Amino acid sequence: MTSSNEIGVQAKAMHGNVAPILNEVMHAIDRLLDDGIPTTIDLASLPFAPGELDELEAALGTGELSARLDALGTSRIRETAYPGVWWIEHRNVNDEVAGRYLEVTRLPEILSSQDADIMAGRARLQEQFGKASSGRKTT
Amino acid sequence: MNYTPTVGQILQAKGVSRRGFLKYCATTASLLALPPSMIPRIAEAIENARRPSVIWLSFQECTGCTESLTRSSSPTVEGLIFDAISLDYHHTLQAASGDQAEAARHAAMEENDGNYLVLVDGSIPMGNPGFSTIAGISNYDMLMETVAGAAAVVAIGSCAAFGGIPGANPNPTGAVSVKDLVTDKPVINVPGCPPIPMVITGVLAQFLTFGAIPDLDKHGRPLAFFGNTIHDRCYRRPFYEQGKFADTFDDEGAKAGWCLYKLGCKGPTTYNACATVKWNSGTSFPIESGHPCLGCSEPRFWDKGGFYQPLSTGHFGSGAKLAGAAVAGAALGVAAAAAGRRRQAKFTREA
Repeated sequence: MTSSNEIGVQAKAMHGNVAPILNEVMHAIDRLLDDGIPTTIDLASLPFAPGELDELEAALGTGELSARLDALGTSRIRETAYPGVWWIEHRNVNDEVAGRYLEVTRLPEILSSQDADIMAGRARLQEQFGKASSGRKTT
Repeated sequence: MNYTPTVGQILQAKGVSRRGFLKYCATTASLLALPPSMIPRIAEAIENARRPSVIWLSFQECTGCTESLTRSSSPTVEGLIFDAISLDYHHTLQAASGDQAEAARHAAMEENDGNYLVLVDGSIPMGNPGFSTIAGISNYDMLMETVAGAAAVVAIGSCAAFGGIPGANPNPTGAVSVKDLVTDKPVINVPGCPPIPMVITGVLAQFLTFGAIPDLDKHGRPLAFFGNTIHDRCYRRPFYEQGKFADTFDDEGAKAGWCLYKLGCKGPTTYNACATVKWNSGTSFPIESGHPCLGCSEPRFWDKGGFYQPLSTGHFGSGAKLAGAAVAGAALGVAAAAAGRRRQAKFTREA
């Protein structure tokens, strides 16, 4: 036996979380289009029945864009089949799920380059460029 | 005075990008059951927080609480120890032993007088000091000496919080809880047998983030994790409302995943986060595995009758009054949801 899905006795997904969440997503899309306000739904706070999270993921499907972030573990950021609705899964350094969210936004904030990282990168570039320049001068 | 770097400086020195930091803050918000709108405030607070010194004392316990702590996945115990706190004494995890270990405890107390956290697992025997000693020091003496200069005390596990199994009838060692002895310091109870790993690290993260004692219930438990009953957040709750119960562990109801109330589930009277945070990195919790909740995070859970005796027998007179129990449960659920929203609103207002 390699997974819980192989266990014969199972509680079926009958909690009914999927339909209300899809309804909430629909309202969140309206908020984004009408007022420009993004919404984040923290899926970890909901008492999903076994298999229900998979049901939700399947219902939302896969869209055109997906990205992988490597920072304090891997994160998967994927647009669902519904543009503006993003499935975000953060994993820790041990590859365990640390957070799971639905973001209704044009682009999740975590995909944008952050000012602190841009400044640090610029400093590295300057140091590297300085070394390269000084290397050319001496040869 | 020693210079203590902030958590932000430590993460930056380790090459953690801003994106990584934002990810850390997002998962912290999720852990603390705070709305995502709180992430900027959490980021600011964590960035400027200084690692508190932590002294962990283990008394009459089975080491299950430490075993639980080491299985925390977000934050991981390694991340917590290296980035967020300075764990200066923990006689199971530290390399030093004997005099060296005790010297480390005294040094941490002197250097951080008034500012360090004391974490305790296990109850304290009051019958005879010789029942449990560390380095020849009785549990009582070590506790009282160590908490004298502490900012706050966290009682980890039901033994430290309520006396637990050592304190169960007939309590041969005269076991008492931390709160029974420490009356002049804030005591946060994090019960469970053991507590959920993420709840242990979550309470520390909450203290680190907001620098204050969290809102507590009447048993001294943080409301962020102990604000709802298992029953309120149980995915099998709809079956309870429909009156669908498993009567035995192998009947059709059990196979269909119906409510385990009649099999002794203590979910309706047990406050904990098992149904949402879950165990083993969010894999499942006892009810999901087909076993009733034992109510291990409640005071004196070991002495509350049989684990497989329905609550209705003791609480509602007879098993036939389950419909009344369902109505009461529904009302509790509504009240718990309202309380949760009030807590979120409070944090949002303060942001």
